[in-house]
Amino acid sequence: MILRRPFFWIILIIAAVFIYWPLHGDNVALREDLILVAIAVILASNLNLMIGYTGYVNFGHIVFYGLGGYMGLYLATVRGWNLILSALVAGVVVSLFALLFGLAILRLRGAYFALATIGILQAVQAFVSNFDPWGRSTGMYLSFDNYQPLGGAMHALWITYDLIIAVMALSMILSLLVKNSKFGLGLFAIREDEDAAVVLGVNATVYKAIIYSVSAFLPAVAGTLMFYKNGMIDPSIAFEFMMSLEGIVMLMLGGQGAVMGAALGGGLYETLRSRLLTSTTLSEFHLVIAGGLLLLVVLFAPGGLMGWLYRIVPRARTVIE
Amino acid sequence: MSGVLASMIDGVLVGAVYGLAAMGLSLIWGVMDVINLTHGSMIVLGMFGMYLVFSAFVTNAYVLLLPVMGAGLLLGIVVYWMAVHWVVGRSILMSLLSTFAVNMIVIGIGTAIWTTTPYNVSYTLPGITLGAYTFTGNHIAAAIAATVIALALQLFLYHTRTGKAIRAVSDNRDAAELMGISTTAVLTIAFAIGIALAGTSGALVSTLFPFTILSGAVYQLKSFVVTILAGLGKPFGALVAGVLLGLLEGVITPFIAVSWIPLIEFGLFVVALVAFPQGIFGKRAAA
Repeated sequence: MILRRPFFWIILIIAAVFIYWPLHGDNVALREDLILVAIAVILASNLNLMIGYTGYVNFGHIVFYGLGGYMGLYLATVRGWNLILSALVAGVVVSLFALLFGLAILRLRGAYFALATIGILQAVQAFVSNFDPWGRSTGMYLSFDNYQPLGGAMHALWITYDLIIAVMALSMILSLLVKNSKFGLGLFAIREDEDAAVVLGVNATVYKAIIYSVSAFLPAVAGTLMFYKNGMIDPSIAFEFMMSLEGIVMLMLGGQGAVMGAALGGGLYETLRSRLLTSTTLSEFHLVIAGGLLLLVVLFAPGGLMGWLYRIVPRARTVIE
Repeated sequence: MSGVLASMIDGVLVGAVYGLAAMGLSLIWGVMDVINLTHGSMIVLGMFGMYLVFSAFVTNAYVLLLPVMGAGLLLGIVVYWMAVHWVVGRSILMSLLSTFAVNMIVIGIGTAIWTTTPYNVSYTLPGITLGAYTFTGNHIAAAIAATVIALALQLFLYHTRTGKAIRAVSDNRDAAELMGISTTAVLTIAFAIGIALAGTSGALVSTLFPFTILSGAVYQLKSFVVTILAGLGKPFGALVAGVLLGLLEGVITPFIAVSWIPLIEFGLFVVALVAFPQGIFGKRAAA
């Protein structure tokens, strides 16, 4: 039972802190910082399902976030749907799209799969940049009227914030659920030795396609919420390759394979990045620092922060998963 | 109709440069099973390297390929010992990430120095005019240079001791080691050559088109397409596949808007990966 897992309650506590902290004194600046952290955690957690659990590197994970943003914004503004419904429908559609692509490209293993994910990201970006209903390369903009259904812009921003935090908590709970299921064990088996897993009766093709599709759902929902909050979307920000790669850095930093690793890495990296971007001397070097950090982690601590913690305190494994 | 033909010929000329870039990627991938994600940034460093030496000594840009190539070899050795040596033979994720980390560092430093504004190397050779169409001299010279370098690499790999050692390590690292080949030295040399090829192709591209510090990504992806089409460890196949990609660009450019070209190229890339994971010229086997 998930309720018996201490980590489940830790996730809820983290989410509660995220929700109540900025309410204290109506701190909008803090809210904006925490939104970026939450998005980072969502992306890293769902990426963890592919990289950490299944051992397949997805370089184009951001494509789910961007497509979800486009799909949801289109439904919410042009079609005038309810925001939550638009986000959920966007999530489902993007998941189906991922399932379709997954069945095709998951025949590839290792590096070939990783390269195919780059190809898919770039192809989708090129398609959206030429797609008329979604505003081609100029993208889509929201007007103040679009926020009326949620009681005006100011109110709407707080609602989207709470929804994004909910998606963050759901992402971590999803990681926890998958980790403790038979399905998750099958994924770990694929990660360790795919051929052996197949021999032992794991239907690797189906498992991989399902997890690829599942890892698309929450990022797509988050994409709708985030771009709705920002009030605009265009292909270069929706499908930013850099952001996709930063997700991998976050995951490696925190520790791939651990639920908390993805969350911790996401939170730490995003905090570090915003500090660097606002500093006048270091803002130009944030890429250099992120790259250096990644190199150090890969060469000296491939288990990331959680791997390090587990080595020092082995019992932590049972509480902080 | 002859407009399409002219566009095709130009595509072939540019394609030879794509092929040269892909040869570097393919060599490293084939020999040490490392997908070199620094490739794009090394191409860009080649472009800026050419820009710097050309500003310093205004002379024939094709003579300046030599210092760029030499600097590429040195840089390759540095990058190999910084990020690659420690991950050769470990899981593919590790080498993807460590080379990508170097890529981020290079692009970060480059952005700080040169920002993201476009640069160009203003060197023009007289072109050849055939009827209504003129083929620029730079495109012709770049294609010739790319082909000459590709041939030189082919000769090196098949007719020198070091070249044969590289191929031996590529075929079976353990067996090569047992035959007394120092694999560490061979891997260093192969990586350095791969980087030098990327840098040289970047230098050639800089004489054809304007470039920014971020241009590398485009050429890196083209190199991936070419390498996948050609199959791994087939440097000459890469040149042919590069020419084919250039030809394809040349054929479709007159008919559709430029903004659609990435979709076609990346679509082709994914289809090629799925359909021919061993390359069109490669062995047929499961990936």
